[in-house]
Amino acid sequence: MIDLLVIPLIKIVFVLTGVLITVMYLVLLERKVQAWVQSRLGPMRVGPHGVLQPVADVLKLFVKEDITPVRVDVWVYTAAPIIVLVPALIAFAVIPFGGEVHLFGKTISLRIADINVGLLYITAVASIGVYGIILAGWSSNSKYPLLAGLRSSAQLISYEVAVTLTLVSVILTAGTLSMVGIVEAQAASRVWFAFVQPLALVIYVIAGLAETNRSPFDLPEAEQELVGGFHTEYSGMRFALFFLAEYTNMIIVSAVATTLFFGGWLRPFPNVAWLWWLDYVPSWIWFTVKTFLVLYLFLWIRATLPRYRYDQLMRIGWKVLIPLALANIVVTGIVKVLL
Amino acid sequence: MFDTDELVINMGPQHPATHGVLRVVLKLDGEKVVDADVVIGYLHRGIEKLSENRDWTQIVLLTDRMDYVAAATNNLGYCETVEKLMSLEVPRRARYIRTILAELQRLASHLVWLGSHAMDIGAVTVFLYGLRERELVLDLFEEYCGARLTYNAMRIGGLPLDIPSGWDKKVLAYCDIQDEKIAEYETLLTQNRIWLERTRKVGVIPGPEAVSIGLSGPPLRASGVRRDVRKDEPYAAYEEFDFDIPLGTNGDTYDRYLVRVEEFRQSTRIIRQAIEGLPEGPIVGKVPRLIKPPAGETYHANESPKGEIGYFIASDGRSTSPYRLRVRPPSFCNLQALRRLVKGHLVADVIALIGTIDIVLGEVDR
Amino acid sequence: MVDGHADKPARDPDSPPAPAAPGGPGAGSEPGKGSSPEPAPPGAPAPKPAPGPSAGARPAGAAAPRAEHKGAPAPPPGPPDPPPPADLPLPAWLQALKEALAGSIDQVSYWVGDWTVIVPAGKVAEAGRFLHDHEAGRFDFCSDVTAVDWPTRAQRFDLVYCLYSTRLHHRARMKVRVADGEAVPSVTGVWPSANWLEREVYDMFGVRFTGHPDLRRILMPDEWQGHPQRKDYPLEGPGELLMESPLDWLKLRQSADESSIK
Repeated sequence: MIDLLVIPLIKIVFVLTGVLITVMYLVLLERKVQAWVQSRLGPMRVGPHGVLQPVADVLKLFVKEDITPVRVDVWVYTAAPIIVLVPALIAFAVIPFGGEVHLFGKTISLRIADINVGLLYITAVASIGVYGIILAGWSSNSKYPLLAGLRSSAQLISYEVAVTLTLVSVILTAGTLSMVGIVEAQAASRVWFAFVQPLALVIYVIAGLAETNRSPFDLPEAEQELVGGFHTEYSGMRFALFFLAEYTNMIIVSAVATTLFFGGWLRPFPNVAWLWWLDYVPSWIWFTVKTFLVLYLFLWIRATLPRYRYDQLMRIGWKVLIPLALANIVVTGIVKVLL
Repeated sequence: MFDTDELVINMGPQHPATHGVLRVVLKLDGEKVVDADVVIGYLHRGIEKLSENRDWTQIVLLTDRMDYVAAATNNLGYCETVEKLMSLEVPRRARYIRTILAELQRLASHLVWLGSHAMDIGAVTVFLYGLRERELVLDLFEEYCGARLTYNAMRIGGLPLDIPSGWDKKVLAYCDIQDEKIAEYETLLTQNRIWLERTRKVGVIPGPEAVSIGLSGPPLRASGVRRDVRKDEPYAAYEEFDFDIPLGTNGDTYDRYLVRVEEFRQSTRIIRQAIEGLPEGPIVGKVPRLIKPPAGETYHANESPKGEIGYFIASDGRSTSPYRLRVRPPSFCNLQALRRLVKGHLVADVIALIGTIDIVLGEVDR
Repeated sequence: MVDGHADKPARDPDSPPAPAAPGGPGAGSEPGKGSSPEPAPPGAPAPKPAPGPSAGARPAGAAAPRAEHKGAPAPPPGPPDPPPPADLPLPAWLQALKEALAGSIDQVSYWVGDWTVIVPAGKVAEAGRFLHDHEAGRFDFCSDVTAVDWPTRAQRFDLVYCLYSTRLHHRARMKVRVADGEAVPSVTGVWPSANWLEREVYDMFGVRFTGHPDLRRILMPDEWQGHPQRKDYPLEGPGELLMESPLDWLKLRQSADESSIK
């Protein structure tokens, strides 16, 4: 009873709270990192060095007037941000944050659920989020958000193909769809899959940038674009939900990259004897550090690179990444058969 | 079977990427631009008419406010035109300092251009870096004349102020910093694949067409036409200095970028030569107390960072104001070419093209 | 047409409406009106305001244009346009132009190093084409097209074309004297860069260009009445004369839903 209901509920609460707080602070981190790259300081006023800025932002969004434009389709308009946010949040159900810990005489695994099709679950859930974007653009009843929503969703589904194909290579290498199983496969082979599948990693990171509408693939929502993107007509808390969803997606992409390519919660250099003291660092700290390094890469890229035009973006997705990912699968298959 | 309509989209006058109050009405066929109508006049302040009611010396203040990113260039053009009308001779030291100020202004203006153009295409960091260097230039100007944006830094016949002591060393120090930094900006953009894809083959205009459509300055030089007022009709002290004119080959946005980046280096080269060779002497020529040019009209052109800035001044010989002051703004004439440049391109390129022409609305509208 | 204005010359409907004095204190503020070409009655003996049927939306109660310079000297009759000194040879392009246009050059002028050729209005496009094509001229770059208003002259506008050759690196100026209301052939066929420049001349001075692809106002709003850079246009603007209230703009547009806004 306790194992079946209470512990998972506690885990869910932990994970949701943790994710939402992380997302808030990820926004602050982005502003800070971008500022430091640009020789300036970023938010400094609210709290020491701006640390309470996310609190101020959340409070502001809560007290903003809830404006619903007159001609929108009200039910769809309200549902769209929810359809974007919820899949992003529930994808955390299968992300393994760490190994196993012993608390109060029980062995608790640091993941909400370990299903044997964990990776499939994540891709399936991520695809639902695309509907929210189309619905947001459609329900706004205005040609600019509609066009932008269509473009954004076209970008997402194109790059989802590339992402899924790279995941197939990893599945071939690991032999299992389960997230925990993939990490354990990396532990068993004593080498992270980043070194076994470098091409898959590169394609995954690039496609992950496009999946989350991040620079250099953020044309559909760039300010300099003619239209404000699919969330033009949204303001206040509803806009905040879109924002949250984007950053949650970023964390999911990073977490999946960590699990699949960087050994999840495993410590680096397990073979090196004199690094024995690294064993004392808890597994979830490794997971968090690695995820944050991937997130930092995302922020770094945003501060540095210009953005692609839409047609160039689609060309890269279809003509470069997908063929490369397919080739990678073929090569992986051949190597697996031969070895 | 399918009846497609053309979509008319309005950009501006309030828009983050139009560098001011500019309105572009685009006619789109899907994503391609079929036609564009550029609407200006939102910043028209009537500077030309105002000048007919101000003293010859007061007008220097008005000229500051046209191309407010490069105010000293406007001042210089005006003062030189009046000096031409009055056949005044400007002492050599004043001409050297004027050249230094004009080239510093070119650097400041190009830094704004680089920053905003890169930011429009997505590389936000370059904007902050460019403004960081621009602060150094503005500090130099502040030390010289007390203002950061609207300098009022020239007078008819010379300059109002001599350079403060130590200013020349600071300028040389700045030139060293700038040369380093332009190399840094180039590492961010020049070989960047995304930058190349966004700017190569965008807005191509061949040389003869560029001349006939009225382009001047870096857009014209990027199309391969060797035309620079500093070399063709030297003014201030330019004929005494050794510098090159960067030329492009294809006339696309990437070439316009390369030409302006190379102009950074040439400007620091000119400034160094000017500082090293700065002669002693007075800074104002023999100017009568009351400025009243004889009746007549003339046209005189300077090379502003944006192109050829020309002043046509008609004096009637009796009153203390010009009879007619006309400014030929480079941004106005270059902006005409936008309609020709955007045809056939995608919507996202329109932003890049507005940035590559480098306009300042204060100058377009006066 | 209207009381008190019988002595005025015929008006171009585009220029600002006739000054009519409001019956009140505002009339006394125009002492130095000698420079204005219109002999507006300074003491304002005509109490009725001018309804002005021909010129667009003008609310009743028009104010008189105020003087720009109190006590300013009278404007000169025209530009000096001094002839070149006798010992200075004419440049090759100018000689070729004189031969080609044989007798339809009004004047040649030279001042502080600039050569100017003054041609009649009808010959502008022809002279422009000649200067563009001829090998001694090769003026492929039209720097500027502008105008100067000499209101006391019969042909009040002086259109100025500043030309430059990027091949031969020399400058020229072509001037045309145009009367108010007279149309000039456009040179956009020779130099496409004259497009916006001529639009600005039309906007600011009211000179029409025949053959221009898109002659409309460029700096002022499209529905503006009057040409601001004419010498008789007040510096402060027309004031209550024209469209200071947003409601006037709406009525002018005559759009159904907008003008119903009270």
